Amino acid sequence: MEKECTCSNRFADVDDLGPVDEIISKYGSEKGALIPLLQEAQDAYGYLDEKIMRELAQRAGYQLSQVFGVATFFSQFRLNPIGEYLIKVCHGTACHVAGATQITDEVSNQLGVKEGETTPDNKFTLESVMCLGACALAPIMVVGDDTHGKLKPTGIKKILKQYAGPTAAAEGDDA
Amino acid sequence: MTNGRLEVEEITVEIDGSKCTAPKGSTILDIAKANGVDIPTLCYDPRLSPYGACRLCLVEVEGARALLPACYAQADDGMVIRTTNEKLERIRKTLVELLMSDHPMECQGCSKSGRCELQKLAERYGITESESTSTFAGETHEYEMHRENPFVMRDYNKCIMCGRCIRICREVQGVGVYDFVNRGFKAIPGTPYDKPLQETPCEFCGQCISTCPTGAIKARPYEDTGRVAARDMLRNACAYFKMSEEDMMEALGLEGWVTRTTCAYCGCGCQLDIHVIDNKVVEITSPLMVGSGQGNLCVKGRFGYEFIGSDERLTKPLIRKDGVLVESTWEDALGLVAEKLGEAKKSSPDSVAVLSSARATNEDNYLIQKFARAVIGTNNVDHCARL
Amino acid sequence: MSGNGNGHKYKVVLGYGTCGIAAGATAVKDALEEAVEGGGYDVDLDIAGCMGLCFKEPVVEIFDREGGSVIYGDITAKKVPQLLDEHVGKGQVIEDWVVKRSEDPNACEGDFLENQLRVVLRNCGKINPESIDEYIGIGGYEGAKKALTSMTPEEVIDEVSASGIRGRGGAGFPTGTKWGFARKSPGDVKYLICNADEGDPGAFMDRSVLEGDPHSVMEGMILAGFAIGARHGLIYCRAEYPLALKRLDIAIEECHEKGFLGENIFGTDWSFDVKVKKGAGAFVCGEETAMMASIEGQRGMPRPRPPFPANSGLWGKPTNINNVETFAAIPWIIYEGGEKYAAIGTEKSKGTKVFCLAGKVRRTGLAEVPMGYTLRQVIFDVGGGIAGGKEFKAVQMGGPSGGCLPESKLDTQVDYDQITAAGAIIGSGGMIVADNRTCMVDLARYFLSFTQDESCGKCTPCRIGTKRMLEILERICEGKGEPEDIDKLQNLAADISAASLCALGGTAPNPVLTTLRYFKDEYEDHIFNHKCAAGSCPALITLRIDPETCTGCGACVKVCPTDAITGEKKEPHLIDSELCIRCKMCLSRCPSESIISE
Repeated sequence: MEKECTCSNRFADVDDLGPVDEIISKYGSEKGALIPLLQEAQDAYGYLDEKIMRELAQRAGYQLSQVFGVATFFSQFRLNPIGEYLIKVCHGTACHVAGATQITDEVSNQLGVKEGETTPDNKFTLESVMCLGACALAPIMVVGDDTHGKLKPTGIKKILKQYAGPTAAAEGDDA
Repeated sequence: MTNGRLEVEEITVEIDGSKCTAPKGSTILDIAKANGVDIPTLCYDPRLSPYGACRLCLVEVEGARALLPACYAQADDGMVIRTTNEKLERIRKTLVELLMSDHPMECQGCSKSGRCELQKLAERYGITESESTSTFAGETHEYEMHRENPFVMRDYNKCIMCGRCIRICREVQGVGVYDFVNRGFKAIPGTPYDKPLQETPCEFCGQCISTCPTGAIKARPYEDTGRVAARDMLRNACAYFKMSEEDMMEALGLEGWVTRTTCAYCGCGCQLDIHVIDNKVVEITSPLMVGSGQGNLCVKGRFGYEFIGSDERLTKPLIRKDGVLVESTWEDALGLVAEKLGEAKKSSPDSVAVLSSARATNEDNYLIQKFARAVIGTNNVDHCARL
Repeated sequence: MSGNGNGHKYKVVLGYGTCGIAAGATAVKDALEEAVEGGGYDVDLDIAGCMGLCFKEPVVEIFDREGGSVIYGDITAKKVPQLLDEHVGKGQVIEDWVVKRSEDPNACEGDFLENQLRVVLRNCGKINPESIDEYIGIGGYEGAKKALTSMTPEEVIDEVSASGIRGRGGAGFPTGTKWGFARKSPGDVKYLICNADEGDPGAFMDRSVLEGDPHSVMEGMILAGFAIGARHGLIYCRAEYPLALKRLDIAIEECHEKGFLGENIFGTDWSFDVKVKKGAGAFVCGEETAMMASIEGQRGMPRPRPPFPANSGLWGKPTNINNVETFAAIPWIIYEGGEKYAAIGTEKSKGTKVFCLAGKVRRTGLAEVPMGYTLRQVIFDVGGGIAGGKEFKAVQMGGPSGGCLPESKLDTQVDYDQITAAGAIIGSGGMIVADNRTCMVDLARYFLSFTQDESCGKCTPCRIGTKRMLEILERICEGKGEPEDIDKLQNLAADISAASLCALGGTAPNPVLTTLRYFKDEYEDHIFNHKCAAGSCPALITLRIDPETCTGCGACVKVCPTDAITGEKKEPHLIDSELCIRCKMCLSRCPSESIISE
């Protein structure tokens, strides 16, 4: 499936405060809306940059320390940019028992990155996450918006290739 | 309303077998303290809202489905409370052991020694240094010390996550420099992006220092000067010999101790405890819940004392002769001033302006404006507060 | 029941929940749509939520005019033409693909559903979750209408109390009583929150209900709001459930259009509205006070209780929080009557409970059974026994707050008090089945590492205590266990349970305590003999290749990170145990299952 490399234009640039304007006008001074504010900002920019957090804090009337405290508490928030595709390998109980560790190791090997890291071509970021609630299909991983279940380490390379597009994933490995 | 006093509803509870009355709305800890019952705490500070996180103050309440934190739980009329028994003491000991398992064992070299709330609890539960490192040996934090500004130093390795620094900065100061960062074992009460305090709204009031129960937050001016070494040694000696600091001072023949006075920087009237060793001021603190300040200080009260022992301080009046300031006597200096002011009074009183200061007492300020108006004959009087 | 095909000869329903989609249901959907458009089949095509037949996804159910049906499993896009040709075109059932047929309900894998009693899941897999009309068509919103137009809030609470339903989120507190507290709390502004933050690893029943029958939850919330006097409803749903969030948004919009939410519902003077709040990735936010803190825009750190939410909750107002599963049962209770619900189950645990069967069980998926079924019945009669013909070893119940029960406890009835007495908890209903290749010490370690990851860090016993417990378990699994470790774990566990601020820390020691109770020999084996009998803990096992079955394909050699495997092509290979680091990559690659860990 041909996919245009959109790594740079999927998210807004942090110098473009347009999305911040929209978010602030949507939530305005709504009580307790800090988390939705950050969620929408992350959806727009791909991650929470310091500049964006300062803008949101100032305009919505929060202390930066509060905003930062909330942003670092919840796993969903990223303070660093990610690649085009975020790979989340589930390490819930059922997946753990079904061999999630081997899946993470295999993805790690295939892409040449460790957990939390992004591939040099900015295509993939690898994360281990907690239970995604699809336990009957253990072990599972989510790539972007797609869920892949009943994984075997042998099938990982094929799945990753689906997303490779013009810049293919690590070619060097065999098997 | 009788006698102009507000009627407050009273409740009666039973603590450790004794009946106590207290105003409705009191917490169990409030009542215990008012009745001399000692419940250990760490995250409690009377100036701050209760937090209920350290779990040291857990007590048994009849009918409750779990242990309740005394600092947080509101007492109800008829409550039956036990503040100590074997189970509670065992839990408290475990909690202190857990805290110490992630705490650097540096009491010898730590200036908080003797005043550290964690150290006091360790002594209370008979936990020795060697025991604490072996019972729950495990991962400890290794944070870098924060010494980026001249006032506040932070050592998160000693932090016990009581959150008092966060609460005092937010609730009392209204600034909110700190908040918890990260989650779980990795959480600390830090600044955004771990920025140095000078890059945050911090006003360097040092309130976080005043509330921190351990040596995690300390005041740099009190740590970095040579004379502090004497104070540290004194403290450690007292802890080792189990003597009070007064007795130790006497034994060592050192003069001076703690003098209580009122801060002269403004009209609030906060109380200061000036700690003196060998005739040198080594620290300023404020007694908790005393007077108008209630134990709070600002940057001036807390740090603005260095002028007292400064080498740059004048000890003799100086008169300018041939463009150079030369030491003189009070007689000569005052004579010169009286002469010049006398001339001005005759020829042009309004060429004189008198500036006064909040650091002077009300009485002095009254006199000085009288001097300006009645003696010199000018209305050019002003005060530093307006500048 | 959506079974009559709207006049068509057949109705074809595709299960379209997250599991189905992950298994390839989107391709099946496209294929079905294409085939029906082009091929002139006399069918009514529809989607439905997950039926909970996870082990056979993607699932397609075909109904005939008389209401009979056949459930097909493992359907792929490639199989669609044949499916339509034979079943729809020729009226012939494809036996090999059948999971269950109404004509012979116990045949094939039919027992999975036959042995269940579906109240909460009554509509899952039967109606299109994105259509309020289908929900209304099967009697939806009749319960809410009945309550709002002809009952008082107190009568609604009485009916719920009569049913005996206990909170299905895990605490098992009687729901009617809980609503009563909120009702009695004074105040005009009250909040109703639905806890859809299902964070227990191994639990996915809430997700399935939200994806498959969101209106049952809506209706439950409308009833609850009316009962306690709350006009503001909130659903706190995990961000990790995008399909559930989408279907909730659709359901809320549809409710507004029909006037079931908003002002003057059913023409009464009662108004109620629901907003969705997305979680942000913190398991601890499933705890009531942490959830409310996060809704208030703060870090999700719990607060001491009392005060309880019913008195002082969200924004300091009286608040009632219930789980998705609880709300989904309420419309049934009001419509059918509390007594009917109370007729199901045991003396102290009424009604049904949805369990998520996962792990080494043959039929993974959703199992809703009456309280009182034994664990044996759930795992073997519904779950079909252990996968791969292996032996049952333990069942882990209740996620990280729960415990592991051994074979000797299989005849325990599913009942809040009985399960608690056995040492586990029903919790949210997760049931992970383990066979003898699961190391129980490692399982306890796994749960504790989860707890440590998710601990908010506020209170000392959880933040540091669970860390120390985890470190002890890690040492044991690495072969560095000490004799005093077992007592240390036990004592520390007792203190952490008693002193923690919330249930996360309070229940964190449970997996350790139950495994110590029932599998102490494994701990002792690890500590004293440096052995892991399940062949799991890398530091305590050796990997060897069975020369009898090894085909010499060399797949293992290619993945070994330390080049520990040698051998000629087509000849049995050998692992050098000095070089081997026990990563088990070879074991997962071996096509002939010739690598044994012992």
